[in-house]
Amino acid sequence: MNVRAVLLALLLAPGAAFAQGFAGLGQDSEGFAVPRPDSRFEFPRDHGAHPEYRIEWWYLTATLTGADGHDYGLQWTLFRSALRPEDGTGWDTPQLWMGHAGVTTAERHFVAERLARGGIGQAGAQAEPFAAWIDDWRMESRAEDGADALSALTVTARGADFSYDLSLSATGPIVPQGEEGYSVKSASGQASYYYSQPFYQVAGTLTLPSGPVAVTGQAWLDREWSSQPLDADQTGWDWFSLHFTDGAKLMGFGLRHRDGVVYTSATWIAPDGTPTPHGDGALRLTPLDTAEVAGREVPIAWRVELPAHGLDIETRALNPQSWMSTLFPYWEGPIRFSGTHEGRGYLEMTGYD
Amino acid sequence: MTWTGLLALLSHWRRHPVQVATLLIGLALATGLWTGVQAINAEARTSYAEAAAVLGQDTLDRLQRTDGGAIATETFVRLRRAGWLVSPVVEGDFRAGGVRLRILGIDPLTAPPAAATLDLTEEGDLTEFVAGSGLLFVNAETGARLPDGLPPLRASPDIAPGVAITDITTAWRLLGTDDFSYLLVWPDQPAGIPLLGDVAPALDRVASSAQSDLSRLTDSFHLNLTAFGLLSFAVGLFIVHAAIGLAFEQRRPMFRTLRALGLPTRRLVALLAAETAAFALIAGLAGVALGYVVAALLLPDVAATLRGLYGAEVSGTLSLDSTWAAAGLGIAFLGAGAAAAQSLWRLAHLPVLAPAHPRAWVMATSRDLRRQAALAVLLLMAAAMLAFFGRGLLAGFTMLGALLLGAALLLPYVLNLVLKLGAKTGNGPLSEWVWADTRQQVPGLSLALMALLLALAANIGVGTMVASFRVTFTGWLDQRLASELYVTATTEEQAERLRAFLEPRATAILPIRSVEARVAGAPADIYGIVDHATYRDHWPLLHAAPDVWDRMAANDGALINEQLYRRAGLSVGDTVALPNGWQEDVVGVYSDYGNPAGQVMVGLAALTARYPDVARLRHAVRISPSDAPSLAEEIRAEFGLPLSNVVNQEDVKRFSLQVFERTFVVTGALNVLTLGVAAFAMLTSLLTLSTMRLPQLAPVWALGLTRQRLARLEWLRAVMLALFTWVVAVPVGLVLAWVLLAVVNVEAFGWRLPMRVFPTEWLLLAVWAAVAALLAAALPGRRLARIAPAELLKVFTHER
Repeated sequence: MNVRAVLLALLLAPGAAFAQGFAGLGQDSEGFAVPRPDSRFEFPRDHGAHPEYRIEWWYLTATLTGADGHDYGLQWTLFRSALRPEDGTGWDTPQLWMGHAGVTTAERHFVAERLARGGIGQAGAQAEPFAAWIDDWRMESRAEDGADALSALTVTARGADFSYDLSLSATGPIVPQGEEGYSVKSASGQASYYYSQPFYQVAGTLTLPSGPVAVTGQAWLDREWSSQPLDADQTGWDWFSLHFTDGAKLMGFGLRHRDGVVYTSATWIAPDGTPTPHGDGALRLTPLDTAEVAGREVPIAWRVELPAHGLDIETRALNPQSWMSTLFPYWEGPIRFSGTHEGRGYLEMTGYD
Repeated sequence: MTWTGLLALLSHWRRHPVQVATLLIGLALATGLWTGVQAINAEARTSYAEAAAVLGQDTLDRLQRTDGGAIATETFVRLRRAGWLVSPVVEGDFRAGGVRLRILGIDPLTAPPAAATLDLTEEGDLTEFVAGSGLLFVNAETGARLPDGLPPLRASPDIAPGVAITDITTAWRLLGTDDFSYLLVWPDQPAGIPLLGDVAPALDRVASSAQSDLSRLTDSFHLNLTAFGLLSFAVGLFIVHAAIGLAFEQRRPMFRTLRALGLPTRRLVALLAAETAAFALIAGLAGVALGYVVAALLLPDVAATLRGLYGAEVSGTLSLDSTWAAAGLGIAFLGAGAAAAQSLWRLAHLPVLAPAHPRAWVMATSRDLRRQAALAVLLLMAAAMLAFFGRGLLAGFTMLGALLLGAALLLPYVLNLVLKLGAKTGNGPLSEWVWADTRQQVPGLSLALMALLLALAANIGVGTMVASFRVTFTGWLDQRLASELYVTATTEEQAERLRAFLEPRATAILPIRSVEARVAGAPADIYGIVDHATYRDHWPLLHAAPDVWDRMAANDGALINEQLYRRAGLSVGDTVALPNGWQEDVVGVYSDYGNPAGQVMVGLAALTARYPDVARLRHAVRISPSDAPSLAEEIRAEFGLPLSNVVNQEDVKRFSLQVFERTFVVTGALNVLTLGVAAFAMLTSLLTLSTMRLPQLAPVWALGLTRQRLARLEWLRAVMLALFTWVVAVPVGLVLAWVLLAVVNVEAFGWRLPMRVFPTEWLLLAVWAAVAALLAAALPGRRLARIAPAELLKVFTHER
């Protein structure tokens, strides 16, 4: 077995997951810091890395339209995973980093992946000036002085057969998820720190084998860190980030348990950025149709209901084959939806083995 | 009818069990020796391939510093941040309690998928590997040799012997460095990344090579083995050919009868072919088993040789590989087929009721002899041409083949000629009869004698080469290892103290400093030396400028070893190009046996001026030989150095000679086996002849010669023929030795040895040849001495 595959299998054991991202870590969080409900975010500090926590990510998805009129989807993700709760510089560091990049068109899905050790400058994340990077993939702040560091970003990544270079500008505030950023993931109390910036306007260029494409659209950044995120019998999740045409947003996820029970959570975000969190059961997720993807059945059409906001929509994937064929594979791609509300969004599904 | 025919054919073998044994043993021996050599080669090649495939080096390009130096972390990170997919590797030798371990430190996070196959699935292994005290992945054989005190071991069968793969950080701790030897390049790089020269101008991209330096270096060694395997096989085939031919001749009456009874020719041929195939299968299986045993016995020595000579790690245990086993069976079929083809062809073209007259088996006419002699002369001429115009190892071996085959083919003709001349000297009817009768036997014995010639010539040739080598090598060791002690400090600070410690105690302390570099396109070491009588008086120079040592003392010029001299075609007065545009005049060439790589020696100041950071750890110490052991003890006690760091000259010599002896164990073993096969061939031929010669002997007996006298004459004749073959074998063997020393060794090892002759060895061999002939003739002679007179009388009653 390839050493990197083993590495990932260990770091990110299949079946263990939460929200946007995944992390299958041991059941103990010994030595690692644990999220507490009473703590509050402090910026710009919390834009940077938290090496005392086991797992952390910077997760950007974008729904784009090309100058050619076609729909595109884009992903830029940097994961940090600590073998021990210490930082350390040089090659001896226990901090490991992983990057995923993807571009989706109606016909194709491009994927790239990077791994690196922290401590030597190959990969990392710093709060001031804000930058998160792995190899030549970068997410850097170009915000003006005084503004939040995440309010304006440049994002680049490159794979064997694609690359992109984007400028992002936020038109709304940062939104804490869950209870003031304390996001509960199971009935037994596992939780993470979680905030989002869902209000980006995007302009940039995708370079695909067919040539460069100018694109514009919307993007959503998730920041999350924890040490013991998942319940032992949770097998996977289905996660949605939706941009409605009226400017409102919805983040919602369902964590599937072995016994078929689904633990759901959602945050309704008003156009001005005011979040309304909804606990387990408020959001209803129903698979409508499946497709065979990479040799397994994956639901690619969903009914999403949030009665508290009169939401009842059906989603469909731009490309049902949006398979991230990374060492730990999962489905991630852009969607469109219609029903009581219209708009575009992103869907991530893990644990379909 | 078919069944009856088969039973009839097989009944022959029941009546001639010795023939069955001859056939099977001959074929099994031939197959066995050949298979054994192939098995050894296959095992070694597997080890080379494993070594070459470690970290996917057989498929992945690398980035290396142009000047051969180490690469800093900063350079690696700069390349990665520019988009280059590269992964660092640190490589170095680590000595643990006298065991040499090749350490390969990798970064599992960036290593290309082709680069590593480590199993880190054990709970906690990954953390331990990357961020703990580290894990060493070795194969089980290596693991068993390693002492305690190393990071925890994990067994992995895919790793080459003598190699440990571990994390970068662990490798750094063990090797005491903090940089990289090279960077592996992923096969698919992202589009649009900047040029290498813009990111890391000091680095070169080196293409992967499916063929490693190791397999190139050792190729000639294996070709050597293969040639010997082939020789053994050829000698074995003589036996098989003789046995099959005899069985066909003896069954001629039976064939006639079967044909007369209505068995079609085609079916008869098919039955005989099936019979041959059955023999090939049985003997082939036995041969493969024999080959396995031979290989398993010889492999540890071969492995020691390859390690000592080339630094190539080869597993000392043999794994049964279906490839060479199948090849062994195949060659048994091929050999049996080749041996039977002539007889089958003749049978197929025989008139239906051709009289089954018992010809003396393969009775060659004098015309056949002449034709064979002409072919032999052609072969010998080709050999001579190759000796003059041929280049390279293959030409050398082709020439050897042509020489040996030519000499063997010429033997019956020359023998015939000599016997014809001998007959003229005969006085009296008995001696005339002996000469004539011997001549009569030459065709029947020629195959066995040819085999004997090959075996004797190979023995003389290889014996001469090994003995020449031993004499030269021993003398050379005395010159080269002039210093009494060789001391290696573990740190620069300790080296400093060591020099201060030795100052009042030793006659002289000679620093040994060297760097690894590429010279003339191949790896080489550059040594810096000081001006000292040790070098002036002892260094084994082959060619030199008149003022060589004065120029070396003035840091002007370089000495090169014979290997570099021959490979790069440099001679005294030429300029040798060293790394980074450094150039020196060649002022001398020295012999450097046992070292496959090139070597350059320059003045110490010249070396340190260009490599200021060269390690100053090693020292040669001059002291009176009687004081050396006690000083060695003192140094070990004072500095706590392990045994391997304080080495006595005597130990180095003993070790070197040990390596040398092992190098030729295999050759020697094959030599003895070949001679054994030849003696066996002679025995079977004589046995055969003894049963067929009764019609010739009976009249002589009837004329009054006793059976005992006849038997003594048989013995005499066998010894005479063997001695004559020996006489021919001596010059052939000497030419063989010359080719081995002047062509094969130069190609295989890069050095040429002066040829020394050892006539007493040849005389000993003559005795052995006579003994072999006597032993071979013992059984048939005894049979003749005790034959019932009635048997001899029967000759006159048979209607022949």
